[in-house]
Amino acid sequence: MAKLNMVKALNLALLEEMERDPDVLTIGEDVGVDGGVFRVTEDLHRRFGSRRVIDTPLAEAAIIGCSVGMAIYGLKPICEIQFSGFAFQCFHQIENHAARYRQRTQGRFHCQMVVRMPYGGGVRALEHHSESEEQFYAHIPGLKMVIPSGPRTARALLTAAIRDPDPVIFFEHKGLYHAAKEEVPDESEAMPIGRAQIAQEGSRLTLIAYGAMLRVALEAAETLQAEDGVTPEVIDLLTISPLDRETLVASVAKTGRAVVVHEAPLSFGPGAEIAASIMDGAFLSLEAPIRRVAAYDVPFVGFAREKASVPDVARVLAAARETLTF
Amino acid sequence: MPRTLIEPQSPIERLSILDSEGNLDTALEPKLSADDLKRLYRAMVLGRRLDERMLRLQRQGRIGTFAPIKGQEASQIGSVFTLKPTDWVVPSFRETASMLWRGWPIETLLSLYAGRLEGSSPGPEQRDLPVTIPVATQLPHAVGIAYGIQYRGEDAVVMTYFGDGATSEGDFHEACNFAGVWHVPVVFLCQNNQWAISVPIKKQTNSRTIAQKAIAYGFPGIQVDGNDVLAVYAASREAVERARAGEGPTLIECVTYRLGVHTTADDPTKYRTDEEVKAWEQKDPLTRFRAYLEKKNLLEPALEEQIDEEIVRGVERFEAMPQADPLGMFEHAYAELPPHLVAERAEMAARLAAPEGNGAPTEAEPTSPPMRGQRRTSRWQN
Repeated sequence: MAKLNMVKALNLALLEEMERDPDVLTIGEDVGVDGGVFRVTEDLHRRFGSRRVIDTPLAEAAIIGCSVGMAIYGLKPICEIQFSGFAFQCFHQIENHAARYRQRTQGRFHCQMVVRMPYGGGVRALEHHSESEEQFYAHIPGLKMVIPSGPRTARALLTAAIRDPDPVIFFEHKGLYHAAKEEVPDESEAMPIGRAQIAQEGSRLTLIAYGAMLRVALEAAETLQAEDGVTPEVIDLLTISPLDRETLVASVAKTGRAVVVHEAPLSFGPGAEIAASIMDGAFLSLEAPIRRVAAYDVPFVGFAREKASVPDVARVLAAARETLTF
Repeated sequence: MPRTLIEPQSPIERLSILDSEGNLDTALEPKLSADDLKRLYRAMVLGRRLDERMLRLQRQGRIGTFAPIKGQEASQIGSVFTLKPTDWVVPSFRETASMLWRGWPIETLLSLYAGRLEGSSPGPEQRDLPVTIPVATQLPHAVGIAYGIQYRGEDAVVMTYFGDGATSEGDFHEACNFAGVWHVPVVFLCQNNQWAISVPIKKQTNSRTIAQKAIAYGFPGIQVDGNDVLAVYAASREAVERARAGEGPTLIECVTYRLGVHTTADDPTKYRTDEEVKAWEQKDPLTRFRAYLEKKNLLEPALEEQIDEEIVRGVERFEAMPQADPLGMFEHAYAELPPHLVAERAEMAARLAAPEGNGAPTEAEPTSPPMRGQRRTSRWQN
């Protein structure tokens, strides 16, 4: 076991999978010599050469569009979009093509590819560098949408994503890249996509979060335990789509209350789908309305106001207490 | 510091071998066997006759909207003819003639325009992508495939089709730019048919030619008479050979004309004149090539009748297809059906199996017990 931060853990997954399978390529802007602006692809260029670690012209649509062609041909590209805010210039390639080739060709061709993108606020970045847009991808049939919460899940989920025969959108929270180190197994590890994890067992309330919001939820849970004598169950969603409804419903059937936390804007966000799924499966167990703590429904606010916008422990605590005393 | 001239200085070549008046440049005439010439003509006639049949099928409501090819047969057949089965074709949405040549069965193409995804499914050995509806978005796919070919060192090339309108899209630029930088074996085949729905080429680009855009990407571009199948063939063969030899991409602009509608959903009389259409009808690629073959005594008797019979059989096979199974929609969304789709599929299966075929399972047999706390209806009480 080695202690790694999330950047190193992701780099390890890329290295392992590229060593395992010569069809796996890394493609994007600055992923080669520079090793990616966050250094996630560091050193891969030296080990695998510029034909497998491709520094492309600055063009998101072609990075994804050419990767679709590579995947149809039989290669397995791992694309890096430098920031998720720039992915709208290739959104059509993801939605119109990567997500659909399997169905369009009735299984004759498919797109085994991963699109990695840094996302999320709280790191004092420029406009278009801080948004959380997972809801767009989660809404597209044919895609999988994955968000790890730390080094170990990042390594294990990226490994699974690269091996997955369907296209996977893989969000990496910038705030987590260097946030903490975690033990990562020496042997390559793949976690199943589509399964949530119970980050903390508990009762009376389920907190549901993912990505950087998991830490916020866990911190809120600690305070609730200390100040309110309630130990909430905390779920780390990990996969946004397909959603692990079974784990969510089983937890809320046990606890009777749920608060969902995400950084995406509130309306039509993942929290709405999660709440609806809980209502479908555990309506009669609910002791209180499901609450959602999310970003406000405004375009991302710039870093002078991001503390007020990105959900924090205080907002989660307030929602949790309202739910507990309903 | 003086002002000096730097590259590019290259003018754009325009290639024409057989014109609409029947003049032939024998020095440029490709050395094609009698058999090849007959195959070229046959494929062009099949494209034309099926197109005409499809238009009637659409007007009768037997298929839906499609994009006719009438007038563009030479551009499509002259180019696709230069490929081997192991090469790749990445079409846009107006390549019926090319697709027929590549082995797409008539009934498959008809089924696509009858609204079935099955019509987009290439055969197991076919290295063809299906019709792409968004404009220019297929071009990067062609470049990606070409990258794969280069990566594995395979002997194959990619030919991708698009129209003049596509050259205004960002994806055209990005695909050409990547292809130039990567130096991959791809041929960009533009069918400049003068109109992108109602917008004429003059409003589409201020470039003198589309071919010249290639210069900016660092590879050759050539303009050809797109209604001259010999010229299209010659230029395509050169481009394909160049790609196969590892000499990178080529852009070919076929100057042609869409004699019919953009799709069966529009009315071109609103935006273009009869005179213009008539002038282009004089340049019809079929009559020109037919005259050429006649002089060589290569016209086969009863060819049209044979082709019509082939089309009749294809339409029969199309109409004999069983109704699309609604449950088929779940089959290829993912490699493995995720749990929520298993549930959605089961819901639909139950609905389809219901008596009268009209929806919910009967109340006498609820699929799940009433929820806790819910007041039971009298019918459930026993």
